[in-house]
Amino acid sequence: MKLPHFDYQAPASLDEAVALLVAGDGGARPLAGGQSFVPIMAFRLAEPSMLVDLRKIPGLDQIEIGDEGVRIGAMVRWRDLLDDARLASALPLLPAAIDHVAHYQIRNRGTVGGSLAHADPAAEMPTIALTCDAVIDVIGSKGKRSIPAADLFTGPLMTSLDSDEIITSVLLPAWPASRRWGFQEFSRRRGDFALAGIAVFYDEDASGVVANAHIGAISVGDTPLRLSKAEAALNGRKIDEATLAEVAAVASGEVDPNGDIHASARYRKALVGTLLSRALSAAANRKA
Amino acid sequence: MKIELEVNGAAVSAEVTPRMTLADCLRHELHLTGTHVGCEHGVCGACTVIVNGDAVRGCLMLAVQAQGAKVTTVEGLSLEEGLTPLQQAFKHHHALQCGFCTPGMLTTLHALLTDEPEASEERIRDVISGNICRCTGYVPIIEAAMDARASYQQSRGDK
Ligand SMILES: Cc1cc2nc3c(=O)[nH]c(=O)nc-3n(C[C@H](O)[C@H](O)[C@H](O)COP(=O)(O)OP(=O)(O)OC[C@H]3O[C@@H](n4cnc5c(N)ncnc54)[C@H](O)[C@@H]3O)c2cc1C
Ligand code: FES
Ligand code: FES
Repeated sequence: MKLPHFDYQAPASLDEAVALLVAGDGGARPLAGGQSFVPIMAFRLAEPSMLVDLRKIPGLDQIEIGDEGVRIGAMVRWRDLLDDARLASALPLLPAAIDHVAHYQIRNRGTVGGSLAHADPAAEMPTIALTCDAVIDVIGSKGKRSIPAADLFTGPLMTSLDSDEIITSVLLPAWPASRRWGFQEFSRRRGDFALAGIAVFYDEDASGVVANAHIGAISVGDTPLRLSKAEAALNGRKIDEATLAEVAAVASGEVDPNGDIHASARYRKALVGTLLSRALSAAANRKA
Repeated sequence: MKIELEVNGAAVSAEVTPRMTLADCLRHELHLTGTHVGCEHGVCGACTVIVNGDAVRGCLMLAVQAQGAKVTTVEGLSLEEGLTPLQQAFKHHHALQCGFCTPGMLTTLHALLTDEPEASEERIRDVISGNICRCTGYVPIIEAAMDARASYQQSRGDK
């Protein structure tokens, strides 16, 4: 369908953008790549009074890698992440996951900030943020604040952001070079939204005993999920066949996905176990 | 709102409302109907145009966002003299039947092969996964793209 009517502004600073959102009184929405919000308007699921395009605001398109970790500006596109060769060592889980996001043309426009704000439980970036204990920096009429990923996602396509708040960047904490990780997802067609996906990382001691397990799941709940029972089951263990089977079963039992026309709930539950077991074997077998 | 942009090498301007997509602006205001509109929500790829060198969905970009941009549509890929090597390869391999998806296929592949003239078959398949074709079964399109790589490798060498 054609889009509903709305006003359009492309302010040159964050302050002006926030002022426009405040003036819009809940009816004005930020616009980043438009790769989620334009379809939503085409389906008339949203009819904003005004779009506040962030494209002219300087400083939101940087990827900074430092001691505290990887800081990604809100307007960094999927394409920019995939083109940044530094990430393969600074945070290898990230490009591995982003490689599954959408299609070529969409990756040229879609942004990290837009994906976090859109909060789709089937999207990769929100789950990566949650898995990595990322912190999201925002600015609004009440000033700046930093929101832990665990507090950002409140429901399907819902966040704890106020209507006048803009995400400026996300910080993914520093990643030790020896960390083990895996990413697996299953979709009907490459680039489509995942029927289910798993992101995992852990640290291990010299004898291969797992500590600090982090497991995130895509597309099996109303929000991105952390599988805390599976994490507890994995900590203190070595990766072998018995561990894989046990942890996969715990993960499968821990999720309560909805079924839809793409996949039944039972199938999605089974996928979680299978994908986790594959992700963990990849993690254990990858040459450090 | 009035926007000014460059389309296929020519400076143009158009009077648009904010809700008008770039694809509709190209078709209805600038009369470049080579860009096709299928699903209008980002799934089919028929509307693909090249904006500042990047292939994008014309139905997911607002015309007002193209202010100042350089846009190339499928019309802009043609030569006066005859078919381009990519078009010739499409013809040779029967990479189109009804032709509805073809503008999006050509713009996508042109952007890809300009950037990555050595693209592997796997890469081409991955990129084309964002473009739906209901006729050809894709295999001839992949073959045409593989064939056309040589001309992009050469034109990169010429530069
Ligand atoms: C066919 C198709 C397939 C796709 N497949 C996938 C996929 O497999 N995986 C995946 O993750 N995504 C997928 N996407 C979505 C795509 O990745 C989007 O680009 C992304 O989810 C949203 O980013 P955006 O920049 O386009 O945001 P927009 O569409 O511009 O905005 C999305 C929402 O975020 C808000 N917003 C945007 N920026 C900010 C900000 N800085 N601060 C506060 N609020 C903000 C907007 O108001 C809006 O509500 C797909 C999209 C399409 C059309
Ligand atoms: S019309 Fe734009 S992707 Fe289908
Ligand atoms: S040739 Fe008919 S859709 Fe591709």
